[in-house]
Amino acid sequence: MMNKKQFPREEYFAPGHRGCAGCGASIVARMALKAIGRDTIVVNSTGCLEVFTTPYPETAWKVPWIHTAFECAGAVAGGIERAIKALKKRGKYKGRKLVVMPISGDGGTADIGFQSLSGALERGHDMVYIMYDNEAYMNTGVQRSSSTPLFASATTAPAGKISKGENNPKKDMAMIAAAHGIPYVATACISYPEDFMRKVKKASDIEGPAFIQVLQPCTVGWGYSTENTIKIGRLAVETGLFPLYEIENGDFKITYKPAKRKPLKEYIKMQKRYRHLTDEDIEILQKNIDEKCKLLGLE
Amino acid sequence: MVTIAAIIYEPGSTTKNKTGSWRTFRPIMDNKKCIKCENCYIFCPEGTIYEDENGDFKINYDYCKGCLICVNECPVNALTSIREEK
Amino acid sequence: MEKTDIVTGTIAAAMAAKLSNVEVIAAYPITPQTHCVETLAKYVANGELDAEFVKVESEHSAMATCIGASATGVRTFTATASQGLALMHEMLYIASGMRLPIVMLNTNRALSAPINIWCDQQDSITERDTGWIQIYAEDNQETLDSVIQAFKIAEDEDVLLPVMVNIDGFILTHTVEPVVIPDEEKVREYLGVYEPKHAYLDPDKPITQGPVGVPECYMETRKDLNDAIEGSKEVIKRVNEEYYKLFNRKYGNGLVEGYNLENADTVLVSMGSVCGTIKYVINKLKEKGKNIGLLRIRTYRPFPKEDVVEMLKDANNVAVLDKNISLGFNMGALGIDVSSVLKNKKVCNYIVGLGGRDITPQNIEEIINHVEGAKDGETKWINLRE
Ligand code: SF4
Ligand code: SF4
Repeated sequence: MMNKKQFPREEYFAPGHRGCAGCGASIVARMALKAIGRDTIVVNSTGCLEVFTTPYPETAWKVPWIHTAFECAGAVAGGIERAIKALKKRGKYKGRKLVVMPISGDGGTADIGFQSLSGALERGHDMVYIMYDNEAYMNTGVQRSSSTPLFASATTAPAGKISKGENNPKKDMAMIAAAHGIPYVATACISYPEDFMRKVKKASDIEGPAFIQVLQPCTVGWGYSTENTIKIGRLAVETGLFPLYEIENGDFKITYKPAKRKPLKEYIKMQKRYRHLTDEDIEILQKNIDEKCKLLGLE
Repeated sequence: MVTIAAIIYEPGSTTKNKTGSWRTFRPIMDNKKCIKCENCYIFCPEGTIYEDENGDFKINYDYCKGCLICVNECPVNALTSIREEK
Repeated sequence: MEKTDIVTGTIAAAMAAKLSNVEVIAAYPITPQTHCVETLAKYVANGELDAEFVKVESEHSAMATCIGASATGVRTFTATASQGLALMHEMLYIASGMRLPIVMLNTNRALSAPINIWCDQQDSITERDTGWIQIYAEDNQETLDSVIQAFKIAEDEDVLLPVMVNIDGFILTHTVEPVVIPDEEKVREYLGVYEPKHAYLDPDKPITQGPVGVPECYMETRKDLNDAIEGSKEVIKRVNEEYYKLFNRKYGNGLVEGYNLENADTVLVSMGSVCGTIKYVINKLKEKGKNIGLLRIRTYRPFPKEDVVEMLKDANNVAVLDKNISLGFNMGALGIDVSSVLKNKKVCNYIVGLGGRDITPQNIEEIINHVEGAKDGETKWINLRE
């Protein structure tokens, strides 16, 4: 960890953007671009990242970037990938690999953009799809998405007298992506930059579709103070709640194994979205995690 | 004059927007304590920590929003914070 | 070499896309356009067309794929109809707003419910205000020529807008006619290679496309768009003339086509294949000594206001035939538009042919007889069953 210059110094994501202080989505974008480098074309779905990086006439992006709508990053990326092929036929970009990187939030991936993503994965477009997962619609004010976890409070799934917040478990997008039989699927978390960036780089080198779901705590939506973005992400992984793995050509591999899993309570207690939970509620969630970790070999 | 389709032709032009004014806390770097683990560098959401010509990490306060992630993630307390004086 | 083939409208459109050397095609099947994308798939499969054929999972994705490809700087084409066009709705605004010269064949078909696969023009009329140039072809030859012209118009530096070529479902899509197929080299030379100066995703010159249009710039982008589509009238006329010089076919002035307008007191106004039937009736009545005119609107958006006023200046009875209905206004879109530009003139509106209802020569005569005795502003539904 202490070797000199472990992270590339080139910046493709400029400061001055309007992301909240402590914004995890910015960290995703910055790290991913450092991992791939300049020959990246970003396809951004509607969402926080798109909005806070491109208020005309300013852009935070130093690589080509396009935004069209909320639900079509997969299809737009597919069009770009094929256009690059067509341009190569004309003799452009000889010997170069251009990486098409759709980047969408959990809503843009697991909900409204699900069909477009599935189509793009099935068709085998060469792309690195990044799902920045902050577990709700943050741009519009913390509404639940299908990636919102059980018992988290969101503005359209609020905790109340007879509600414990979200009543459905989190949709497992990485496994759904894997079911398409694509060459590379991974989960990652911004608190583990070497792991995340290695995966992005690997995904960009692989021919065909790659899907990376990266967990990214959100200060506003999750309710914690700004300095804790990385700490909370780390706890999500250390508790076993969000395991880090990759599936390369069908081979599943845990890429980070916590020495000893931390109790979920430590993670829960740091976030306002869970403040309505009783010890019994947390116990239910803990059991769920234990079962999942058992399946994945994370004791 | 608005460009055609409002296309932005100047990459990284948000640098015109000095978000340092958002700060209520200011991170302070002590380069003597720093072991160059790069934590603060890679975790900063603004990318506003840079390496100077001597290889020391410095904070560009033009853009630092004062989130204090860097302070929280420094393993050797080379980063501390003070309240911002306006 | 130029040759003549007997083909349907959809195949004529596919041939035109091939002649135009499209580089990315995004395709999803829907009746009655499916033959168009099937034909293109066949061209690609046989190596006759070196294009990337993207087998998308919906029309929304078809347009999104075309947007991505066009924004990267290649020539793109797709085809759709009816529900497919409606599903694209959101993306149509984005294609024009991003100033991407995508060309699309729309085969006019009714909108659900109830589901109906037959012809009317409600689908494209519903997309009137999306900023797409809309051309309505009368026959299969015009379909082929219009698709080629569409690329020339769309990619013009002063236009940079998507173009929708509309043809009547089944009436043109499934009917064979002799069509002159121009020489491929000649078409490719005419169109050249699409090399945009404004929008292209290129790591060597990174730009940001589709940013947040804050209130300080949004209205200006809409004004630019409106200026571009208004300005495209001149380009459409010019392309019509250029095309005539090269390929020996023209369609009125590109925007409108007048037929037997001289000394015609009664003039019918319409779009698409029904104009063929109207011309037939006009010729028949002429033999009987009755002089009726036709003003065919070829380009519906931009709307040729000036031509409509000029060419109808001597008419006293104007009958506008609409294959669409603005529900709650009891008029079709073309009727509303024509009425709004013609001052102090009798304009009546006839709702015809919805969902594949026949429009017979007798119906046309009925309309002529009606308008001559009608009061200004009447709307009549034609061939409605009891
Ligand atoms: S306080 Fe936050 S924004 Fe400022 S340098 Fe540290 S990590 Fe970056
Ligand atoms: S986190 Fe601390 S030790 Fe590490 S590089 Fe930054 S200041 Fe130096």
